[in-house]
Amino acid sequence: MKVRVKIRRFNPERDRKPYWANYELEAEPGDRVLDMLIYIKDYLDGSLTFRRSCAHGICGSDAMVINGHNRLACKVLVRHVGSHITVEPLRGLPVVKDLAVDMDPFFAHYREIKPFLMNEEPPPYDERLQSAEARARFDDSTKCILCAACSTACPSFWARDSYVGPAAIVQAHRFIFDDRDRGAQVRLAILGGKDGVWRCRTIYNCVDACPRGIDITRVIGQVKKALLTGNIE
Amino acid sequence: MLHRYDVVVVGAGGAGLMTALYASRGAKTAVISKLHPTRSHTGTAQGGIGAALGNLEEDHPDWHTFDTIKGSDYLADQDAAQILCHEAPLMVYELEHMGLPFDRTPDGRIAQRPFGGHTNNVTKQPVRRACHAADRTGHMILQTVYQQCIKNHVSFFDEYEVLDLLVNDEGNVAGVVALHIDSGEFHTFHAKATIIATGGFGRIWKITSNAHALTGDGAAVAWRRGFPLEDMEFYQFHPTGIKGLGILITEGVRGEGGVLINNDGYRFMYDYAPTVKDLASRDVISRAIYLELRNGRGIHGEDYVYLDVRPQTVNRYFEKDGITNPDGSPRRISAADVEKKLPDIADFCRTYLGIDPVKQPMPVQPTAHYAMGGIPTNLQGGVVRDPANTSVPGLYAAGEVACVSVHGANRLGTNSLVDILVFGRRAGEAAASYAATAEWPSLPPDADGPSRTEVERLRSNAGGEVAADIRTQMRALMMDQVGLFRTEQLLADAIVKLRELKSRYSRISIMDKGLRWNTELLEVWELGCLLDLAEVTATAALARQESRGAHAREDFPNRDDVNWLKHSLAWRRPDGAIDLGYKPVKLGLYEPKARVY
Repeated sequence: MKVRVKIRRFNPERDRKPYWANYELEAEPGDRVLDMLIYIKDYLDGSLTFRRSCAHGICGSDAMVINGHNRLACKVLVRHVGSHITVEPLRGLPVVKDLAVDMDPFFAHYREIKPFLMNEEPPPYDERLQSAEARARFDDSTKCILCAACSTACPSFWARDSYVGPAAIVQAHRFIFDDRDRGAQVRLAILGGKDGVWRCRTIYNCVDACPRGIDITRVIGQVKKALLTGNIE
Repeated sequence: MLHRYDVVVVGAGGAGLMTALYASRGAKTAVISKLHPTRSHTGTAQGGIGAALGNLEEDHPDWHTFDTIKGSDYLADQDAAQILCHEAPLMVYELEHMGLPFDRTPDGRIAQRPFGGHTNNVTKQPVRRACHAADRTGHMILQTVYQQCIKNHVSFFDEYEVLDLLVNDEGNVAGVVALHIDSGEFHTFHAKATIIATGGFGRIWKITSNAHALTGDGAAVAWRRGFPLEDMEFYQFHPTGIKGLGILITEGVRGEGGVLINNDGYRFMYDYAPTVKDLASRDVISRAIYLELRNGRGIHGEDYVYLDVRPQTVNRYFEKDGITNPDGSPRRISAADVEKKLPDIADFCRTYLGIDPVKQPMPVQPTAHYAMGGIPTNLQGGVVRDPANTSVPGLYAAGEVACVSVHGANRLGTNSLVDILVFGRRAGEAAASYAATAEWPSLPPDADGPSRTEVERLRSNAGGEVAADIRTQMRALMMDQVGLFRTEQLLADAIVKLRELKSRYSRISIMDKGLRWNTELLEVWELGCLLDLAEVTATAALARQESRGAHAREDFPNRDDVNWLKHSLAWRRPDGAIDLGYKPVKLGLYEPKARVY
């Protein structure tokens, strides 16, 4: 089938401002949007720039705005979106070139919440025990692939880029609700600050955007509740 | 720009991060990666990491060692395999201590599942050895080790592509040259110790589970600087990739009871591996699928079979085979178990196939997956340059890019994750202790000159060849002629055609003449790496006149221990021709014998 792909483009070495470029190509219903971007780059305009790696929704490289929604280009097929496809870079992060945005601010927020297990108690020789129930409490947030689709779908993040954003909160949740971690109070203090969870207005854009199906608003709600009650049990 | 670090690590997958974590404890360490670390391909590993913890049933590191050596078709170095399997439990415990969210048994221990080729050495039946975090074990390993690197303040240079390995006039390795992708500027990293951990090169094949980024850059730059590559003829095809796309469907599906079915509705692994059936090692199953397809038993006569994990199918075979839980009760699986234990697999099926694996079988075919071969190293991750295993001061390699060799002619499932941790740690420690006493190697004059020249050549070439055409042709050629089954005629012809492609490669023109984020240029440079590695693969395959592990020669169908129980080594001559040599396999634990599953 014929597919029309409209791409928001910007080359910092050539363009003063972004513009729309249109491409027409043949595609199968099972083709990924990423496949079409690769075809365009291979045969129509080699300068088209985007990140990609695993091409099946795990590495988190190719988040972009597809027909108005934050999606991974490798997880959207032609049969999901039809023959008119519009692709734009993520919003809320500076565009570097075409669909590649500057990810540094995003990863800086990730680092702000101290994304590593804090526990200085000497571990046993073998594994620490953890019940299946305790493990299940933070299962959803371990799925995060740091693609930035959620944070860059969030109006609160667009309005204030110092807000840590939903991805960082999901990462914090992964540790706060892990009963092996001892850093909950440190992380809750960060998330209780002026650029923490209270910037979340429960708009649910993040839930729509997450390619991993994480119920992000629920995750954020649990962090808010922990802050209000002082209780993570 | 010039940077100086005691230790420079190239690549930020599991192996690179593990080497960096350990090296950084004793030396000033930097990690250079063309991807952001969490984009690395370790993250796509699914089913588990093998370690004989014995949490659910009796198991021993020695059993794991034997399985690894048998799986390797006796080409693994047995001292290395023994280290791998005996240190595996320590590494899994260390990951748990780092916070890795393993699934848990009812008594709170790390959960384990069966995997191909992992057996109880007494009963010969599959053993629960693969420690898992749902079907995203690699994702959790990558995230966890990266988290520890952040905690330990490791320096990262993200989105820098390494183009050259610096070797000075004394023959010492002095660091690397990298292109900063965002600015297009060249950076020279001067280092006492350089660790290559760039992963595999699966993009030489048409159907592959490998990420676009897996273009073998690290192996290629070492190769071009005269260092050897070992056992390059051994490339693993994973039996179950999603039809047409090659996306990996973990062996964990079969570990949970899934079975392979042909067009007659028959579970054909009964015929090829009567004892462990669908949990035989990967080379055996991939060849079985291929033979089923060749005999016209693909689904609807096409080039795929079904992987069936529907509870009614699985439970029927559990009942038929009398499969039990560790407590002796009959083993059964429910739809909810499939969703819980294999959530990403279910998601892949829904997204890419539009099917629900609980209700429909999955169409699968073998997919190029893993390079057993690579840069030869010793047990400390130090690169060795010749059949006498003479080490190269200051150069290390770890992970898929390296060949220790623990995988021999066929890697056992889960062992790549063990490898990156066990030998990543060893390489990191060895590099740091080397750097603590070594003098600074002199930088070659005009260190980044060759890289600048090559990049300028790629940017300005007016030859008119299209990179994508050459790439597509290479991948099809490798798949058709250097793939699962090989013959002298196919291989010799493939080498001629690869040389033609290389000649055309030198005439590629690109459209993007810019400096910033010129990924078109970098993709062409990466294609050059792939062409080099494809040629080495085909050349080593043509030379080896036997069938062993993943290397199946139809004209030499048997394993030949008299003449071929040896590792191959390939070197690039200055004129570009390939020299082959061999070195003995380290035996000592288990005598080679016929391999039956």
